[in-house]
Amino acid sequence: MTIIPSIKRDYLCKLAEQGKRIDGRRFDEYRSISIETNIISKAEGSARVKIGNTQVIAGIKMDIGEPYPDSPDQGVLTTSAELVPLASPDFEAGPPGGEAIELARVVDRGVRESEVIELDKLCITPGEEVWVIFIDIHIIDHDGNLFDASSLATLAALFTTTVPAKRFEIGEDYPLPLKEPPVSVTSVKFNKAVVVDPSLDEEDIAEARLTVATDSNGDIRAMQKGLSGSFTREEIRKVIKASIDNGIEIRRILMNAIRK
Amino acid sequence: MSEKKRLVVIPSQYLGETSRFKPGHGAFIRDGKIYAERLGILHVNGSYMNVIPLKGRYSPIVNDFVIGIVIEPLQSSWMVDINAPYPALLHTEEVPWDIEFGETARFLNAGDAVMAKVLMVDEAKRIQITLNDRNLCKIRGGHLIDVEPSKVPRIIGKQGSMIALLKKYTRCRIFVGQNGRVWLDGPDHGIAQVVRVIRLIEDEALRFGLTNRVEELLKKEAKDVEYYEKR
Amino acid sequence: MKNDKKLINEEGRRLDGRRFDELRPIRIEAGVLHRADGSCYLEWGGNKIIAAVYGPREAIPKHTQNPLKAIVNARYNMAAFSVEDRKRPGPDRRSVEISKVISEALENVILTEQFPRTMINVNIEVLDAEAGTRCAGLTAAGVALADAGIPMVDIPVACAAGKINGQVVLDLGKEEDNYGDADLPVAIAPRTDEILLLQMDGHLTLDEFEQAFELAHKGCLYVSELQKKALLEKYASIAEEVS
Repeated sequence: MTIIPSIKRDYLCKLAEQGKRIDGRRFDEYRSISIETNIISKAEGSARVKIGNTQVIAGIKMDIGEPYPDSPDQGVLTTSAELVPLASPDFEAGPPGGEAIELARVVDRGVRESEVIELDKLCITPGEEVWVIFIDIHIIDHDGNLFDASSLATLAALFTTTVPAKRFEIGEDYPLPLKEPPVSVTSVKFNKAVVVDPSLDEEDIAEARLTVATDSNGDIRAMQKGLSGSFTREEIRKVIKASIDNGIEIRRILMNAIRK
Repeated sequence: MSEKKRLVVIPSQYLGETSRFKPGHGAFIRDGKIYAERLGILHVNGSYMNVIPLKGRYSPIVNDFVIGIVIEPLQSSWMVDINAPYPALLHTEEVPWDIEFGETARFLNAGDAVMAKVLMVDEAKRIQITLNDRNLCKIRGGHLIDVEPSKVPRIIGKQGSMIALLKKYTRCRIFVGQNGRVWLDGPDHGIAQVVRVIRLIEDEALRFGLTNRVEELLKKEAKDVEYYEKR
Repeated sequence: MKNDKKLINEEGRRLDGRRFDELRPIRIEAGVLHRADGSCYLEWGGNKIIAAVYGPREAIPKHTQNPLKAIVNARYNMAAFSVEDRKRPGPDRRSVEISKVISEALENVILTEQFPRTMINVNIEVLDAEAGTRCAGLTAAGVALADAGIPMVDIPVACAAGKINGQVVLDLGKEEDNYGDADLPVAIAPRTDEILLLQMDGHLTLDEFEQAFELAHKGCLYVSELQKKALLEKYASIAEEVS
């Protein structure tokens, strides 16, 4: 594992005391975001998201399968993430560890709880056959905030997904039925400072992390706290506010990218 | 060959004949011909054809000034990361303090930074560094950034001209390790400025007239500050 | 995989319009990632591949170290969404085998004795697959290694040839790979023409093998020029010359 020099940690903390961040951003400021869709021809939907230098690709594949017993007339959704060694000197080859699994489950909850995918419209034969959606997140370059990059890539990919009915010979292809997307915004805390969209340097020294997914009404759809530090209630309110505020702009960038 | 020409070469690129030249650093011979073994700049020194690497980890040379980060304190030494393919060893005999066996962590712990010198590199590439010299020490305060080791000569400049410029305009203390680590200390806006300029130097390292461009930029930024301060 | 599917017509045009000795379009870009020591993005027909190199760095655990040279560890991995029928994430037997033959090919040209006790990690991710991924992967790996400043005596390159409807052709496309009669991926060290990787499956007479190999070899040399161009484009463009 790469060692973080104490000097760097101390300097970031010192800047934080003065309300500054190492790359000059405000505490509630996001890095530049770029979204590219339909980049993988074999996938039913795909997108590449860059937040600063962080790069994530999400691919959507669909298949026909059995529904869950407790929801016989709903499509099935399953999410997985690969932290491939390509993306960071600290990622090792091997089965998904805690980090990859947490990432996949947080993205999954964001999608599932916001009901952005109309799963009840993905039933073919109730109790027997439904559409199965596979969300696969592939981290390409890790420079902090994999949660938001992965969520955004997943949504952009979903919004450009075509249900491959033709290939399975059950009709014509049609766009995946979707509703309003949730937007996920992550913040971290170090030295009493709470900052949004952590870069790698900031993540390396973070004591606690909080991801909040909000919808277009400003309501909360999913939350996940990570790392072993703690938040005060006031800090959590700050994070929620930053998530709602940044969520508006991110949603605008997402809708622009999808419309192309 | 004009001195002003900077020729970028890639592995396996043909450089010359052994009848006229000899292979230096970064070059190899096959069947009477000399080829480049790395991505780099061709530098002909007398009859030697050398390739100065453009990318790659730091390759330690004895007496190089380096900035190391302690990985682990051991019983009578420390394991230190110097951005080379191998960690370096700093022995308790090579520091100016009196250290009891097993007391190493009290002086230097994981994450601490040191300004050191490369003492020895053996045939098995085992590296030893030392703190026993003027200007070498444990580093406190300031900020640390990483740069491409191959760009260090540009950041220092001919006879230190580039770094002198940076120090003059930003009023920061700047120490550049040959291993691609730079330590800075000074006012926050000065540090931010140095980092910006170093990133510019990294991007434009191969261009000519870089020193002049950097000076222009620093002069302009100083004028801007003056202007805003006067208002 | 013999089949009666028509893959090449009477005028010698294949399904995608190519002649027997034409390559699919290829695009190579060096130095595309921020964290990796060296990297390469490559498109070859419908293939989209990223290769990244980390190292040399100390090989851990210690018992994996070779006291005389660096260990070259290539890992070929296909993204779940890269194929028509979603692939379960993680290495399967095919990926493990491809990783091994690529590692061995790369090891041949890298000056491993310069870095004893270390490991050089080469990661090849297939993002979009369309036949010939191991050749595309190895080609991308060659560029990524040079981009990382790894010392090599040559930049390895690979290309495949095959046989469809009884005709020997260069660079099989997807349908040709599925319904063709033979597949022959080849990797060489272009400076010396030494063969670093060679696999074959299908059915070729001795004559057909010679023809196929000749085509693959020519393909390798052409792609090698593209690799070199990609590296020089990235780095030489910022080395201005003053007359």
